[in-house]
Amino acid sequence: MQVSEDVFSKVQAALIDALGVDDDEVTPQATMVGDLGAESIDFLDIVFKLEKSFGIKVATEDLFPKDILTESTYVQDGKVTATGIAELKKRMPWADLSKFEKNPRVQDFGDLLTVSDLCRYVESKIA
Amino acid sequence: MRWFWIDRFVEFVRDTRATTIKNISFGEEPIDDYLPGHPHYPHSLIIEGMAQTGGLLVSEAGGFRTKTVLAKVSKAVFHDLVLPGDQIFLTAVVQDRKATGAIVEGIVKVNGEILAEMELSFAFLDERFGATGLFAPEDLLRTLRVFRLFDVAVDQNGNRIHAPEHMLEAERQAAHGFELSRAVARSEPS
Repeated sequence: MQVSEDVFSKVQAALIDALGVDDDEVTPQATMVGDLGAESIDFLDIVFKLEKSFGIKVATEDLFPKDILTESTYVQDGKVTATGIAELKKRMPWADLSKFEKNPRVQDFGDLLTVSDLCRYVESKIA
Repeated sequence: MRWFWIDRFVEFVRDTRATTIKNISFGEEPIDDYLPGHPHYPHSLIIEGMAQTGGLLVSEAGGFRTKTVLAKVSKAVFHDLVLPGDQIFLTAVVQDRKATGAIVEGIVKVNGEILAEMELSFAFLDERFGATGLFAPEDLLRTLRVFRLFDVAVDQNGNRIHAPEHMLEAERQAAHGFELSRAVARSEPS
């Protein structure tokens, strides 16, 4: 799924500013945590910069549906259940969950989000 | 050495903005020790002063119960050095606040000129970091009085802000405990 050039360049600028990374590191496929080194506190900064840049409101739960990752209805033996995956897809239609689905360990969820996912999320908010 | 890098609040509007002053004296150890022969006030301590100003600003909105810590210095640009005899004004302005933390923009001025600009992120620690606050409420209250925070603090409607009741109660309890310990000491045979 393509994202617009304008959205990508603004998201890229926010990530360069918030994470101190180079522009060539912020590729659409780069993961926020694994590739760009984002830590939990960086997301507060990233969200602030995206809100400012796009004039949107970002709820933390949109990016990290904590309840799905902790409640027993959705998690068993450290893995997100089929019901949980279905709920994640419903709430995060902008995220590419195909890789996560293959081995949905809760501990891996933090490194799921890519730059493309973030761009599609922003597009869903400004649409 | 006390780890306080502000002297006094001169402006405080709840969850919005606060300004503190810090008088720079040649008598302070870091001035001459930081770069011997070139006495100036270290930039890192100016950042810490802004963190104390902004941290107290965002903590007050939660009645000083929030466990607030400086989590990130996103930006810190300095245009000049601070020298002995200078009085610096540190203004913190809340840019954003969420359940997990807040972002504050900081402007430092000397003689009306902008000396430094910064952006700081604060994290609000949750229950994983313990049930009690980072400071004893009675100790923090005493520090806030020294900073004269309650002399200038107002809410967004301009109404005076007073010390939170839970801090006053902690202070009463501490004073009561002190009186009891003195009474016990007096009653013991010497």
